[in-house]
Amino acid sequence: MRKLIDNNTTPGFSTKSVGTSKKHESADRHVTGKARYIDDMPEPAGLMHAAVAMSDTARGIIRTKDVSAIKAFPGVVDVITAEDVPGHLDIAPVFEGDPMLAHQQILFHRQPWCALLSTSTNIARKAAGLGKLEVDAEKPDLDIHQAHQKQNFVRPTHQMKQGDFEKSSASAAITVSGEVKIGGQEHMYLEGQVALAIPEEEDRISIYTSSQHPSEVQKLVAEVLNIKLHKVTVDMRRMGGGFGGKETQAAQWACIAALLAVRNRCPVKLRVPRMQDMMLTGKRHPFQNSFTVATDEQGVIQATQANINGLCGHSADLSEAIVDRAMFHCDNAYYLGAADIVGYRCRTDTVSHTAFRGFGGPQGMVLAEAMIEAIARKTGEDPLTIRQRNLYGGAGRDTTQYGMKIEHNNLPDLIQRLTESSEYWQRRESIKQFNQQNTVLKKGLSLTPVKFGISFTAKHLNQAGALVHVYTDGSVQVNHGGTEMGQGLHTKIQQIAANEFGLDIEHIEVTATRTDKVPNTSPTAASSGTDINGKAVQNACLTIKQRLADFWAEQNQGNSDAVTFKDGVVSLDKAQIPFADLVQLAYMNRVSLSSTGFYKTPKIHYDRTTGTGRPFFYFANGASVSEVTLDTLTGEYRVDRVDILHDVGTSLNPAIDIGQIEGGFIQGMGWLTTEELLWDDNGRLLSNNPATYKIPAIGDTPREFNVELYPYPNEEDSIYHSKAVGEPPLMLAMSVWCALKDAISSLTDYKEDPKLDPPATPEKVLKAIQALPADSLTVEVLSR
Amino acid sequence: MISFLLNNEPIHISNIDNNCTVLEWLREDKKLSGSKEGCGSGDCGACTVVLAEINKSDDGLNYKAINSCITFMSALDGKQLLTVEHLEEQSQLHPVQQAMVDKHGSQCGFCTPGFVMSMFALYKDRSKGSNDDLNRDNIEHALSGNLCRCTGYRPIIDATLQACDQPAPDKFSKTESDVVQSLKALPDNQGVDGLHLPKSRTELAALINKYPDARLVAGSTDLALEVTQMYKILPQLISTRYVPELNSLTIDNKHLVIGAAVTYSQLQDTLLNEYPELNELLTRLGSLPIRNQGTLGGNVANASPIGDMPPVLLALDATLTLDDGEQSRSLPVQDFFLDYKKTALRSGEWLRDIRIPAKVNASFLSAYKISKRIEDDISAVCAVFNLQVENGVVSNLRTGFGGVAAIPSRCAALETAITGETWNRETMLKGKAILANAFNPIDDVRATAQYRKDMLVNLWQRFWLESQNHNHTELRVLQHA
Repeated sequence: MRKLIDNNTTPGFSTKSVGTSKKHESADRHVTGKARYIDDMPEPAGLMHAAVAMSDTARGIIRTKDVSAIKAFPGVVDVITAEDVPGHLDIAPVFEGDPMLAHQQILFHRQPWCALLSTSTNIARKAAGLGKLEVDAEKPDLDIHQAHQKQNFVRPTHQMKQGDFEKSSASAAITVSGEVKIGGQEHMYLEGQVALAIPEEEDRISIYTSSQHPSEVQKLVAEVLNIKLHKVTVDMRRMGGGFGGKETQAAQWACIAALLAVRNRCPVKLRVPRMQDMMLTGKRHPFQNSFTVATDEQGVIQATQANINGLCGHSADLSEAIVDRAMFHCDNAYYLGAADIVGYRCRTDTVSHTAFRGFGGPQGMVLAEAMIEAIARKTGEDPLTIRQRNLYGGAGRDTTQYGMKIEHNNLPDLIQRLTESSEYWQRRESIKQFNQQNTVLKKGLSLTPVKFGISFTAKHLNQAGALVHVYTDGSVQVNHGGTEMGQGLHTKIQQIAANEFGLDIEHIEVTATRTDKVPNTSPTAASSGTDINGKAVQNACLTIKQRLADFWAEQNQGNSDAVTFKDGVVSLDKAQIPFADLVQLAYMNRVSLSSTGFYKTPKIHYDRTTGTGRPFFYFANGASVSEVTLDTLTGEYRVDRVDILHDVGTSLNPAIDIGQIEGGFIQGMGWLTTEELLWDDNGRLLSNNPATYKIPAIGDTPREFNVELYPYPNEEDSIYHSKAVGEPPLMLAMSVWCALKDAISSLTDYKEDPKLDPPATPEKVLKAIQALPADSLTVEVLSR
Repeated sequence: MISFLLNNEPIHISNIDNNCTVLEWLREDKKLSGSKEGCGSGDCGACTVVLAEINKSDDGLNYKAINSCITFMSALDGKQLLTVEHLEEQSQLHPVQQAMVDKHGSQCGFCTPGFVMSMFALYKDRSKGSNDDLNRDNIEHALSGNLCRCTGYRPIIDATLQACDQPAPDKFSKTESDVVQSLKALPDNQGVDGLHLPKSRTELAALINKYPDARLVAGSTDLALEVTQMYKILPQLISTRYVPELNSLTIDNKHLVIGAAVTYSQLQDTLLNEYPELNELLTRLGSLPIRNQGTLGGNVANASPIGDMPPVLLALDATLTLDDGEQSRSLPVQDFFLDYKKTALRSGEWLRDIRIPAKVNASFLSAYKISKRIEDDISAVCAVFNLQVENGVVSNLRTGFGGVAAIPSRCAALETAITGETWNRETMLKGKAILANAFNPIDDVRATAQYRKDMLVNLWQRFWLESQNHNHTELRVLQHA
């Protein structure tokens, strides 16, 4: 440029941004409806609309695909089936098995087998119903137990072993066994799956997608179209919720839209309607886990054997890592002693289950809590006492079932603090009184911890890139590989960049995630968004700062190490200059004002052949106390009070962190209580819309909901010693499930460990009450 | 033509697809993309908009939140439509928007416009007249139709408290009388092709005669799903909004006469004044936006076995008035439901009104609903017991059940067996034994048959316990029961 812009940074005010509750960077746009999601973007000229036709059978060989009626429908301009794919048909993320459209066989009920393009969304959806698919239908395998029996697995079985289970359990005072069947979970992101593909010059293409993994969308679109990666640009500004449901599941729509766009040389939008979205995208894996655990007389675990069965659906998708994570977390916060953990990836003829906040971790932890509850009822002690006794700590009690040494374990202290602040023991007494006095209602109380491993267990994903530009008015644009799905990642990134440059966050703009700005990115998943992208952004900022510091030191014949960036001013002793002025000066002196940044997580490794290593950089911890009241006549219940103490290290933004904790808790509570996925014998999803699948509504939020942050920094060198917060709080909701079990157990004076498989719907609660052995009841139960 | 105000802009539509929803029109025709489609079925509230209409005293406006994704354009005629785009005043956020920002009430932001509009409706509602302190119950009722998957709702509850507790006059207050005048100036309309707005029962009869396959539209909360979920084309729609007999709500000393097109929100005060025991069921029926649109007549006429109100009407011995424009006839509600979704309506006939007997000192009346979720869920089982006890002896029992048979049903065996008995534990047990085998419900997505059977028995026991609960022990987990 010939003439410089008037720079606009006003120095001289406090720019403290890290650690403060800055509002979400899009908050004003959210509340005015100005925040654009893909379906809100101004439509490009000539836009056409796509829809998919779906199979009515769950399994079988395809005989014929008849699309003539679709083609004949007025307004339809193109129809494609698997045969029309020029490149790869398989769009599976890791292993094989996820065709973009069904090819020779049908793998699950509602699998898309054809896609069409038309002049309007309405026409597209109406026409999609006219396709005729002839299939030699076979009876679908739907049962996880059967799949295990038949050794029908999508991936090989994996084992983690420490010590000798047989030997250590032989002399144990108490041995208990049990099983817990855990339901899956629909993501129910409010914005459904959607993609927009715009053909560019020649064979280049731009994709707008609601995806947690733009780089993978780029790669799969390129493979489907049989072009090189550099011809595909993916743009992702924000998602209307992701929760894992847009990690791999967003790619299919982008690929279909891209192929239709290329074939017809026009922009194509594919927006999946809610009911279809619920039927043809994967969910949280249902699990069926069993255990045998041996303890001493005090209920301290000596040996543990666990079988972890994930119901993966028809393909592997991410199931290998998801079942691994269930295995990594089946200890939750407890030392398992001699451990023998086996994880199976069971194949069924259903939609392929996928990532969902926690990524198998929650289903592993539920097993741990089920074990603790079983032990507690055997010993007759309060489950909290048993939990505390079994926490990691002390010589010989600090190694996980995968051989990782637990360091910096703050859970004993955290639990102690929460026990006091929640008045656990006082309330335990008043609950006993309440239960004695009320014949219909029974209260339950539970404290459960969470210890969640932070890092992708696939080591190579633990890397991140950033691209930071400083412009000549002193404003800064930050790009990084993470995606914004509501979790406040961009806000935290904005705070980090502002902190590095000593600027107010007004001067930092975090832009859409784009594959042409930062390449080869990892999915925004595994709670890693801020940890890895924040460090990469910091790295880029440091590079630019170093150049500016060198330049300013040179100008003032000083030492660049002494240059500071604070409150919009760059200082070297007495030589002070407003940031923007320095930037202009640097520009005129040909100093580069743009930099990439990079980060890779240190210390981590895992050897799958031995089942040992240090897969996690650190653990995020927390604990919650829930009190519930249930109606023994109907199984209905309410959550009266919840107290949470959660460890986010040094909080980058307390409001956002608390938002993640509360939101994660309620989402986890939904998973464990009202959210019930049901399939019929033909593999058809029955709970296929929000009228039949019930996520928590506003009245489900506990009336008393106390959330505190544990006030200590991360001991590891994470970004400003913060801790990841995306997934861990979801598992705090286990205290609701355990409190319900506690209330039921009160009917037996806490002798019986009731069988209550989550989700604990009112019906299941009543069933658990009815299933208590008659001779175990110590009070009159009206519903029996 | 259909005429309304979009914010302050008069809109006159003479040519539009009769199946077009308000949300489609906003997003696709007007390019107002603030209102979102989350589900297209009225379950999530991301599409919530507010309709203002002239109030009863003819001098101001009432503001109601509705689900624009399941509303046909006929619902707009004569009203002011406000969306999230209209709330700012010279780029100043409206207090409800500002509160959502201040309290960190948005995360992904997709549900936020819908929440903002429900909060705005509450804000305007509370700007009128005397105000109790805003409490948690009010907020839950006002926002019961909005789902958020990110926040866990706590910050949204706090934002609502901040904004709506003591609402100050806003920009809409300043222009309220002008809007009333503008609304009054809108023409009398007949609708558009395929979407008719008859003004009398004669016109209604003529239209039904002309289009025998036409569908009647009242709140459209159920009908619209055929368009948005099943992709059906409904060639002729006849709105009942302007037919006087269907929209009147009267009460004499014998009956409450509720026009079939009267919405739940409109009838709520009158009905609860007579039967306060129905408060729980009525506030758990759908969500506030659904109750703002949905009608009692619709709930009856579509004859769903899981409607919440038919069991109430059965237990209260309601009668229905059926009309064909020339003749009307009266029918006890229990004779209306013939089989699954089949009714006694003859060709050319419509449901005109529902007559509920005025209260005659019912000793005990309870309406119970069992569902997976408390707010905005459909009943697995609905059970209504209406019991008269004189000198300790049951003089009359009327029951109504939903979710346990192909049609909403009474349990005559129970009613007969209990009447004349002393109202005591033995009688309760006798009732349990009868109810245990009275119905053969089915397994479905909401409950198993066994649980439904258990509920019939256990809700009866609860009813008995509540009638005996002289020291007011807490017997329910519902906080607003």
